[in-house]
Amino acid sequence: MKKVRTQLMLCGGTGCHSTGTPAVREALEKEIEQQGLSEEVQVVETGCNGFCAVGPVMLVQPDGIFYQKLDPKDIPYLVEEHFLKGRPVKKFFYKEPDSKETIPGMNDIPFFAHQQLRVMRNKGLIDPEVIDDYIARDGYFGAAKALQEMTPEQIVEEVKTSQIRGRGGAGFPTGIKWEFASKSPGDVKYVLCNADEGDPGAFMDRSILEADPHAVVEGMIIAARAINAHKGYIYARTEYPLAIRRLNIAITQAKEYGLLGKDILGTGFDFEIEIYEGAGAFVCGEETALMRSIEGKRGMPRPRPPFPAHKGLWEKPTILNNVETLANIPQIILNGGSWYASVGTETSKGTKVFALSGDIYNIGLLEVPMGISLRTVIYDIGGGIPKKKKFKAVQLGGPSGGCIPEQHLDTPVDYEEITKVGAIMGSGGMIVMDENTCMVDMARFFMDFIQDESCGKCTPCREGTRRLLQILEKICDGKGEPSDLESLDKLSAIIKDSALCGLGLTAPNPVLSTLRYFRDEYEAHIYEKRCPAKRCAALLKFEVDPELCTKCGACFRHCPTEAVIWKKKEIAVIDKEKCIKCMTCFEKCKFGSIF
Amino acid sequence: MSNKIHPQHPDITVDMWEKIDETIAANRSKPGSVITVLRECQNVVNYLPVELIDYISQGLNLSSSDVFGVASFYSLFSFEPKGRHLIKVCMGTACYVKGIKEAIDRTCNTYQIKEGGTSEDRRFSLEAVRCLGACGLAPVAVVDQDIYGSISSSNILEILERYE
Repeated sequence: MKKVRTQLMLCGGTGCHSTGTPAVREALEKEIEQQGLSEEVQVVETGCNGFCAVGPVMLVQPDGIFYQKLDPKDIPYLVEEHFLKGRPVKKFFYKEPDSKETIPGMNDIPFFAHQQLRVMRNKGLIDPEVIDDYIARDGYFGAAKALQEMTPEQIVEEVKTSQIRGRGGAGFPTGIKWEFASKSPGDVKYVLCNADEGDPGAFMDRSILEADPHAVVEGMIIAARAINAHKGYIYARTEYPLAIRRLNIAITQAKEYGLLGKDILGTGFDFEIEIYEGAGAFVCGEETALMRSIEGKRGMPRPRPPFPAHKGLWEKPTILNNVETLANIPQIILNGGSWYASVGTETSKGTKVFALSGDIYNIGLLEVPMGISLRTVIYDIGGGIPKKKKFKAVQLGGPSGGCIPEQHLDTPVDYEEITKVGAIMGSGGMIVMDENTCMVDMARFFMDFIQDESCGKCTPCREGTRRLLQILEKICDGKGEPSDLESLDKLSAIIKDSALCGLGLTAPNPVLSTLRYFRDEYEAHIYEKRCPAKRCAALLKFEVDPELCTKCGACFRHCPTEAVIWKKKEIAVIDKEKCIKCMTCFEKCKFGSIF
Repeated sequence: MSNKIHPQHPDITVDMWEKIDETIAANRSKPGSVITVLRECQNVVNYLPVELIDYISQGLNLSSSDVFGVASFYSLFSFEPKGRHLIKVCMGTACYVKGIKEAIDRTCNTYQIKEGGTSEDRRFSLEAVRCLGACGLAPVAVVDQDIYGSISSSNILEILERYE
């Protein structure tokens, strides 16, 4: 590696990429060359830095200065000031949303300060397309230790000591899963990586694959050694082209270095990895469905037992682990299981990566120790709710999860505790909703997702979720009846008892958790024909409240159908004949005068 | 492979048939490769006409009902031709919370498209996709290869007007 004075770690994750990383990179390289700094300053495109909200972002090493919202046309100024004259540019520092105070150092920014990085320890520090960068940060040392110094039993034991639980959602102890598979008789076994991250609002696995693909490859090598498998598949979402590209590069490089293929590191152990692209089916995140899909069939789950550890892919013993779980493994082997278990709560050890999004300032990816409270995550790391709006609920666990309201915000991040308040840990999507979110509409949204993705194999899920959706749609359309609440309760209970797979069994959760905490909203829709959050268009009258109207005319200017009648200094009136209920006026009115 | 009789289809050219034959030949002996073949063939032709599905099933030595069963299960595969420009709107939770629904309704009304459908003049196809994983930019739409963040019912039409 070339020695340089300064490295510019420019974020090349999907978020920053689409807000302008390529143009910024080009501008940086051009300017650095023009200033004659090519020998001293090097631009490195890294994986997702995590702070997507303020992209494109860049970290200057070794100073640790963090620049945000970079614009190609300001780059010449930035290069001249900082890298030629040594004066960091305040304009691109992070600004506190409320106090407007600027913070230059990355580790002083609250978003980063509360995090504890294990899985994401390399994020923004290495070039994910260069294996040497990964090795320089102790990469593949865990695999070397596992292959050269440890027996398969010792590997399983170490993972059991760490008490790590599957990060894909259900939280099954990884070590026990491996033990089952390692004791299963058979010469042919498989290691699978589940990178079919389907939960809407979750992008942890994508970011890990983009920022540190080698960690997943290394985790798979160790897993293969533990159960004595020689073939592995990574089942990746086709919607993640960048992640797939980087994985391919990582696998090729690992092969060149003798870390994959025949006789790895001279130990006589063989292991190969193949990437299998999914084709867009949410249910394929379920383990038995995923295996069917790799076999080239319709991705439908089957009843268990037999469990995949005995009969999985092609009827052979198989282990399936989530991306984040596998990315944890190299460090567990290298530093020991008890090191890993030193962080966390009684039943949940280690750290968890969350994708924070929705109505919150600091949208992005974060890794926190288990046991931290949701309030800390949302207010200290996430920076709270923008536009001075009130917090309403946080949704955890994707479509199978639930909404947690204000009164339970002090719940710690822990598998059992989160289940107690009616959600699940899930894979790590965390969506914050402010007071303008209608919870009935939210339940309808998730049910629409689930009934669409239901594979249709078992009746409770296929028919039940469709019926739930119909009832919710009826309520949102203002046609709800008092008996609907009872039907929702009853139907949910039946689905929960009788569906075949994880998708179906948890399908009613969004309804159950909103009914539990926001029953009053359902009642307002049904009895008063009113949507308290004003999101259900059918329940809005599209009239202007003369008391609140400031006669500004914003609604008039933006109405696409000229349905708003307004003159200067006069209160606006909406012509209901012309109104198409597109909600544009509603969004544009800053004073909430349209109801 | 070239001596095989290709079914007549207006949307599939000779060059395309060649690529299709190559794909089938490369994957013929691999078990479970049908999804890969369907994907690559769809990339070539842009959608999967019935004739093509029959042809693939013969090539892979599978029954055409099996291949159709797989193709209809996964949302990636389309049996209808696509428009000149593909609009993908993200229906992930974050985008939904931030108001993508209004932008979709506006698009549907203006161009007379249904979700999952194509406009009469084949200018646009509209697809609602599950989370694109770009929640930081929510609400997100992708037109062809360009990603647009923070879209709303008021700016979506301006964006779409750039695509003829």
